[in-house]
Amino acid sequence: MKGTNLGEFEELVLLTIASLVNDAYSVAICDEIEQHTGRAAKLGVVHAVLNRLEEKGLIKSKLGEATKTRGGKRKRFYTLTVPGKTSLVRAKDMRDQLWDKIPAFVLKSASI
Amino acid sequence: MNNENRNIHPPRWAERLLGWYCRPELLEDLQGDLNEYFDRNVKSKGTRRAKLIYTIDVLKFFRIYTIRKFEFINLLINWLMLGSYIKTSGRNIVRNKLFSTINIVGLAISMSVGLMMIGVLSDIFSYDKFNEHHSRIYRVTSDYKYLNERGNTLATTSLKAAKAIEENFSIPEEVAIFHHGFEGDLKAGEKAIPLKGYWANESLFKVFSFHLLKGNPATALKAPYSVVLTETSALKLFGNEEPLNKVIALGKEQYSVTGVMKDLPKFSHVHFDMLGSLSTNEILSKDSKDEMAWDNVWGTWVYLLLPPNANLRNLKTNLDQLSAKEDPSVKNTHVELSLQALDGIMLGPDLGNQIGKTMGGSMVWIFGGLAFVVILSACFNYTNLSIARSLRRTREVGIRKVIGALKSHVISQFVVEAVLISIGSLLVSLLLFLLLRPYFLSVEESLQAMLSLQLSPVLIAYFVLFAIVVGMAAGFFPALFFSKINAIHALKDLSAGLGFKKLTTRKVLIVFQYSISIILITSTVIIYKQYKHFLAFDLGFKTENILNISLQGNKPEVLKKELNELPEVKEISQSVMVTSVGNYWGTYMKYYTNPDDSAMVYYNTVDEHYLPLHEHKLIAGRNFNPKLDSANETEVIVNQAVLKRFKIMEQKPEKAIGEIVKVDHKDVQIIGVMQDFHYGRANNRNMENEVILRYSSKKAYLLNVKIESADILATHAKIEAIWRKIDPVHTLDAKFYSEQIEKSFAGLKASVKVAGFIAFLAIGIASLGLLGMVVFTTETRLKEISIRKVLGANEASLLFMLGKGFFLLLMIASAIGLPITYLFFDQLLFQELANHAPIAFGDLFIGAGAILVVAISMICLQAFKASRANPAQVLKTE
Repeated sequence: MKGTNLGEFEELVLLTIASLVNDAYSVAICDEIEQHTGRAAKLGVVHAVLNRLEEKGLIKSKLGEATKTRGGKRKRFYTLTVPGKTSLVRAKDMRDQLWDKIPAFVLKSASI
Repeated sequence: MNNENRNIHPPRWAERLLGWYCRPELLEDLQGDLNEYFDRNVKSKGTRRAKLIYTIDVLKFFRIYTIRKFEFINLLINWLMLGSYIKTSGRNIVRNKLFSTINIVGLAISMSVGLMMIGVLSDIFSYDKFNEHHSRIYRVTSDYKYLNERGNTLATTSLKAAKAIEENFSIPEEVAIFHHGFEGDLKAGEKAIPLKGYWANESLFKVFSFHLLKGNPATALKAPYSVVLTETSALKLFGNEEPLNKVIALGKEQYSVTGVMKDLPKFSHVHFDMLGSLSTNEILSKDSKDEMAWDNVWGTWVYLLLPPNANLRNLKTNLDQLSAKEDPSVKNTHVELSLQALDGIMLGPDLGNQIGKTMGGSMVWIFGGLAFVVILSACFNYTNLSIARSLRRTREVGIRKVIGALKSHVISQFVVEAVLISIGSLLVSLLLFLLLRPYFLSVEESLQAMLSLQLSPVLIAYFVLFAIVVGMAAGFFPALFFSKINAIHALKDLSAGLGFKKLTTRKVLIVFQYSISIILITSTVIIYKQYKHFLAFDLGFKTENILNISLQGNKPEVLKKELNELPEVKEISQSVMVTSVGNYWGTYMKYYTNPDDSAMVYYNTVDEHYLPLHEHKLIAGRNFNPKLDSANETEVIVNQAVLKRFKIMEQKPEKAIGEIVKVDHKDVQIIGVMQDFHYGRANNRNMENEVILRYSSKKAYLLNVKIESADILATHAKIEAIWRKIDPVHTLDAKFYSEQIEKSFAGLKASVKVAGFIAFLAIGIASLGLLGMVVFTTETRLKEISIRKVLGANEASLLFMLGKGFFLLLMIASAIGLPITYLFFDQLLFQELANHAPIAFGDLFIGAGAILVVAISMICLQAFKASRANPAQVLKTE
């Protein structure tokens, strides 16, 4: 099933949500990604991914308190669910395993 | 958010669009996100860019996962509530009798025009549909150009082209040919019946679905001297005898009846009593050079049956190749052939030489446009009055909303109410439709022949659909208005003055209605003046008391001798045609100084009595002398325009006498020069037609009889008795010259009638609407009026206070309507219409004045009623 594997951007979004802890809402996620990767994260793309992740059950959301900013509209805060966390960990494990298998000299030239 | 940015808002419509399409559960935070970005962009990129980006983002978020799902439950609720809506609507209609009446009557009147329009369209669109292959039949039309002068597009083409297409073209499956000239008195034994028809080839029955009752469709029109009769013609000729294989005579030829076909349906664009085989025509006109000439494009109608999905462009290329090949056979002439779909004939452009009567697309557009305007006007009444009354219904809407009605529920409630009213109007307008139908059909003779306007289930279905559409259109704006009412406001403060909002819209609507009314009535007056002007137009000769009798093949001498014995008959002349009613007879003329310059001149062939009888003015020379032997044409009378055109003797009439010109390849001498007159109709652009009068004592199709009689009817009866003695076959065809001129302007007369009627309706509807508004305003201001009275206002000042708003609106309406009408006629219509009467300013103001008087007296009456009310009575109830 496609849903169990994470896409690259999906993983990025999940990581960002995890790193923002309690302050992960769409605009903040966009900004964070932009800051860390240096590439522009469009709201439209992030919004679609968030929606998909929520459908997959990897994240959950709830609306925050109304404030005077944002034209009085509430923010939707995202947090990781248990399956979300597992899939992140699994993705990291998979990478780590692969990293471990790479002999040191293969990447030597890249580090110079 | 910064305080200075508080007032900068994203574009409203984009916000609304987002709210409309986005799923409710996703909406709020998405709106918030976009707002946040918007604020940032305002700071970094400026307000305008920010708004643009916001709009683009809203559009970009239109995706499958954001779109609202179709809410079945809403539909269900709407359906369940329909009963309730109908009930409350019914109560409302009954409660406000005056407003409901105004609405129903206004809508009914305007809808009857709409029904008429639908009836006409449905009749027109059912034309020629009885043909099985109607969508695959095309007609060949011609553009005739002589020396690059653009001529008319004709529905006819040349027999030559017809034959070439039939023999050489590969694309058409079948080629049907109608050729003119097969008509006259058919004799079967003792009986003689005048019948009209065409020469036609045998493919005709393959192209058109004419049903042959007797005979073989494949061969009926093949052999020379065969005739196919319609059922009615066969009955006229043979009674109940078997017509097949009977011999009938037309002129010197004998024909045998090879088929009997069912009468043509009414909705066929071509009509005839009989068909003769085209092969006969080939034998009869074997010696005629003209018959197969390439430029003889006046008498043959060609219909092609094309295979399904035929390539019209290829066919057009083939036609162009044919033109290119044949054009050199005639000097200075180019004939361009084109295709016209059978289904497009009735509503198509007004081609010359139509085989039957057609409606013409422009006529339908104009009439449809007028009907649309009238209906729109009635819808405005509904909108205006509903919104005006909103004060009384805000509470109802408020309660509905509190209980849980959504905007869409309120909208559907008010739309249902409007549709109910329009269905009610449909019943009234159907009655009106049936009442008006005979009048409408008799507006112009050709309408009667063309249309039937019979009710059919399909037509009724169209009517109902139409009523629903009108209802929805009328109810849409009030519904939108009511749906926006804020429940809290509506319940808290009933006098919040909702009824007085939207005042500008209502004013605009009233101004629109009255402008339209003024435009229509003024146009009617102007067209009527033109009509009268053309009837009384000085044509350059006298037409009074001249009775034109069509000879219909009889010898002129016999009839003349009999008629001369009547004391009422003063003088008789003969001619071949009637001038000034739109008939043209042309021939070619040459003058020896310039032998290459052969030009078309119009002519009439007359006898020596014609000039004095019509009081044409001779400038120089003499009238024709009576001559018995007219076989040899030697003399001609020309008008001044001819001298000018051919530069004869420096245009000096006295000198031109005795000059020799070539008319129709014969040398003739000019014996007289007459003053120019209107050979064409009075509205013909070119007054200076070159006209010649030719002489013949034998050749005549008409007798022009000058009558002096106190009792025209008795004289007519006497003439008819004489006619019946001489010609028992044909009925007398005698018309006064003035009648014929009147008839040639029948189109103008019909448009006066139609425009007048529609103007009347528009005024009626606008007045109803105004009445409703005035009643409403005075009612709501009754208390104010009473208090003013108590404080000492007199009736005149109250009248002025109540009326001034409306007077102003009417003034604005005239200020819009009158210049538009003036410019329309002066700049557009009258540029096309020659010899028109100038627009008198009096004419402009008659109509507008009449409307204003009606409107003002209505306003005054209501205002007077209100100002006369006893203030004590009114204020007591407080």
